[in-house]
Amino acid sequence: MNNNKTIHQIESEIVEEFALFDSWDDKYEYIIDMGKKLPPLDDQYKLDINKVKGCQSTVWLVSDYKDGKVFYKAESDAVIVKGLISMLIRVLSGHSPGEIIDAKMDFINRIGMTTHLAQTRSNGLLAMVRQMKNFALAYKLKDAANV
Amino acid sequence: MTEATTIQKGIDVYAIRQQFPVLEREVKGKPLIYFDNAATSQKPQMVIDALVNYYTGYNANIHRGIHTLAEEATAAYEASRDAARQFINASSREEIIFTRGTTEGINLVAYTWGRQNLKAGDEVIISGMEHHSNIVPWQIICEEKNAVLKVVPITDEGELVIDEYEKLLSRKTKLVAVVHASNSLGTVNPVKKVIDLAHKAGAVVLIDGAQSTVHLDIDVQQLDCDFFVFSSHKMYGPTGVGVLYGKKHLLEAMPPFQGGGEMIKEVTFAKTTYNDLPYKYEAGTPNIADVVAFKAAIDFIQQLGKENIRQHEEELLQYATASLEQVPGLTIVGRAKEKVSVVSFIIENIHPQDVGILLDNQGIAVRTGHHCTQPLMDRFCIPGTARASFAVYNTKEEIDRLVNGIHKVIKMLS
Repeated sequence: MNNNKTIHQIESEIVEEFALFDSWDDKYEYIIDMGKKLPPLDDQYKLDINKVKGCQSTVWLVSDYKDGKVFYKAESDAVIVKGLISMLIRVLSGHSPGEIIDAKMDFINRIGMTTHLAQTRSNGLLAMVRQMKNFALAYKLKDAANV
Repeated sequence: MTEATTIQKGIDVYAIRQQFPVLEREVKGKPLIYFDNAATSQKPQMVIDALVNYYTGYNANIHRGIHTLAEEATAAYEASRDAARQFINASSREEIIFTRGTTEGINLVAYTWGRQNLKAGDEVIISGMEHHSNIVPWQIICEEKNAVLKVVPITDEGELVIDEYEKLLSRKTKLVAVVHASNSLGTVNPVKKVIDLAHKAGAVVLIDGAQSTVHLDIDVQQLDCDFFVFSSHKMYGPTGVGVLYGKKHLLEAMPPFQGGGEMIKEVTFAKTTYNDLPYKYEAGTPNIADVVAFKAAIDFIQQLGKENIRQHEEELLQYATASLEQVPGLTIVGRAKEKVSVVSFIIENIHPQDVGILLDNQGIAVRTGHHCTQPLMDRFCIPGTARASFAVYNTKEEIDRLVNGIHKVIKMLS
């Protein structure tokens, strides 16, 4: 997934996509659409241990590490959050732990989501990013230990 | 929706709205509709003026100063105490303790009365619809004292099961702490009955009036509750101020909550004697400005008349309930016979958070989530609700916009 593009390039793509919308209604329609298209997470992963703390809705997030790249899967019981997760996965999944740890993730600001979503909810968004980066850090440390 | 244009009896809601500057603003390019009043109400100009006047005219530390500003500030601060006493009809001003809010009032009672009076095997009764702030302090003190916390169940409609409450009461019951009006469901509990039954069992009673004080007439002497707690910010007043009412003989017997200035009579390194009521429970420099402005909030309510406010809010509640019931897939959570102006709802296959975000996108502020009542949400097997709560400045037109907004949300998410 996204093997040929850098994280920064994918972030810019999303920013450009959002720039096409005139209204917040349209932006939300787009996010909802992405949320609906997010593949469901297998029930076996829907465990308390996979929940991201700090979100008003329930978010499950799991990761996998293959050939030096991290892959994420996630789901939520709220559609808009699913749409946001879908963007995070699109940006980060398929990159190396180092790239993920260094990712600025400023597209969230640039599409207006941090200012638009209330503090509590955007904290949920940031909690998801933090958790995704934590997975990457764990894989990086594991690699270092195995060298 | 012609009914929406009916002018309300008793009060002129459009004139009232003019007193709330924030209601003029827009959110997301649309006129703000503020339906999160159960979380905190907006503030009228007279409350804002009282705050500004205090800081611009007579800011000083209270009680010990001998200069003019200190005297003026002290007089204003103590005038708020008198206003609060009269507002809930306490028998004396010494029974009015200023706190940071309802939560601090409950903690004060738990940490003073609870620590002094609870022992192993004693029981504390709360209800299944309590806010976390009327659960956790009791859990903490019960754990410390090896006392037992018992919970009165509630019905599917969201009312207390009084029969079960009676069964829980025994000689072991030392304290009953129950919410007057539920923040999540709107249910008005039969607190007079709760109190009388508890007293028969020999227990003292704390009533959480955070949601009721702005809507209902409160007479602590008639209720005969032992403690009554409420917050200024939910009744058009500033944040950071609450009142703990306690019966004088209980407050006198209880140990202090916090030590410091103001609450002492005499301090030596060997021994400290404590100040008289109410100052014994007001350690340190209090939140003077906000307490002073709190009186303006009480004045605001009294000028409108509580009965007029209640009538207006009841009309809004009935109108909102009837309108929301027409929305396909929408279920109102909390169908008690007597309610304050709170409507909690869920929509089939839609998460409350999505409802909240998309209503906000239309300029409509509601609250979503568990409303700090997680055990209650568990009782109804739901993750949370969306909640619209109405104040004196809300209108039927706004409720129409909410209903249209919900239709739009459902369309966007389907």
